Amino acid sequence: MEIALTHYLIVAAILFTIGIFGIFLNRKNVIIMLMSIELILLSVNINLVAFSSSLGDLVGQIFALLVLTVAAAEAAIGLAILVVHFRNRGTIDVEDINLMKG
Amino acid sequence: MAVATLFFYLFSAVAIASAVMVIAARNPVHSVLFLILTFFNGAGLFLLLGAEFLAMILVVVYVGAVAVLFLFVVMMLDIDFAALRRGMLQYLPIGATLGLILLVELVMVLGTWSFAPDALGLKAAPVPALANVTNTEALGHLLYTLYVFFFQAAGIVLLIAMVGAIVLTLRHKPNVKRQSITQQVARGPATAIEIRKVKPGQGI
Repeated sequence: MEIALTHYLIVAAILFTIGIFGIFLNRKNVIIMLMSIELILLSVNINLVAFSSSLGDLVGQIFALLVLTVAAAEAAIGLAILVVHFRNRGTIDVEDINLMKG
Repeated sequence: MAVATLFFYLFSAVAIASAVMVIAARNPVHSVLFLILTFFNGAGLFLLLGAEFLAMILVVVYVGAVAVLFLFVVMMLDIDFAALRRGMLQYLPIGATLGLILLVELVMVLGTWSFAPDALGLKAAPVPALANVTNTEALGHLLYTLYVFFFQAAGIVLLIAMVGAIVLTLRHKPNVKRQSITQQVARGPATAIEIRKVKPGQGI
């Protein structure tokens, strides 16, 4: 069977769903939530590259490159905030992050 | 073509299985390792799609930098991960429902979707034949000409991320002895040496 664009899109959709599911499942652990966000961004990248390859348009790969950059920056900043928060509060439980609740 | 089909199913099956393990593993270190496996298989899918440069960048950036960063943070923070997992199943129903709804919606969109008839005529930058230029070269030609401002913006994003991460995590402990170069350079014979008369038979 020939592998078409739809196959890649379905794989990306499944990965995206797993990422969303991971955010809901691990409501306490911020590290796993950040990893789920990375999974979501990977699925978006697979979508972009699949369309780029299917349409024969190179711009999709440029987009994927920029998404990759932003994802790396987001991971670095997110983990830095996580480390600072852990130093101040001694926990990374999301349910304890409620100082601004008022 | 059969080999490509086989590899597609191999890469996607391993990618999905390890993505499930990322969110389900008991130990966060295992989660990070499964994340690395997912990215490797994603890079394999990119290779099958003909995006060699992005595949290699995915391995270098994600496996070499982001995943190692995650690993550092997981190992650096002293956290009782067993306590964090408690009450995890309480969110399982709503998470499963939402995920299922999302997946069904996405698959429904894919099932009925097709290219617009004039989509192929709207190419912004057609992929050149692989015999003429490689994927990396074609991407470079495009990135450094038409998309050079986006390239610069990406660089600025990374710079700001670097500065932000350093500013956030840098801290000065008050009791740490550090080298002060200005003090060392400004130190002359007048302040460094003291001459005293010592009487014979007596100490200072």
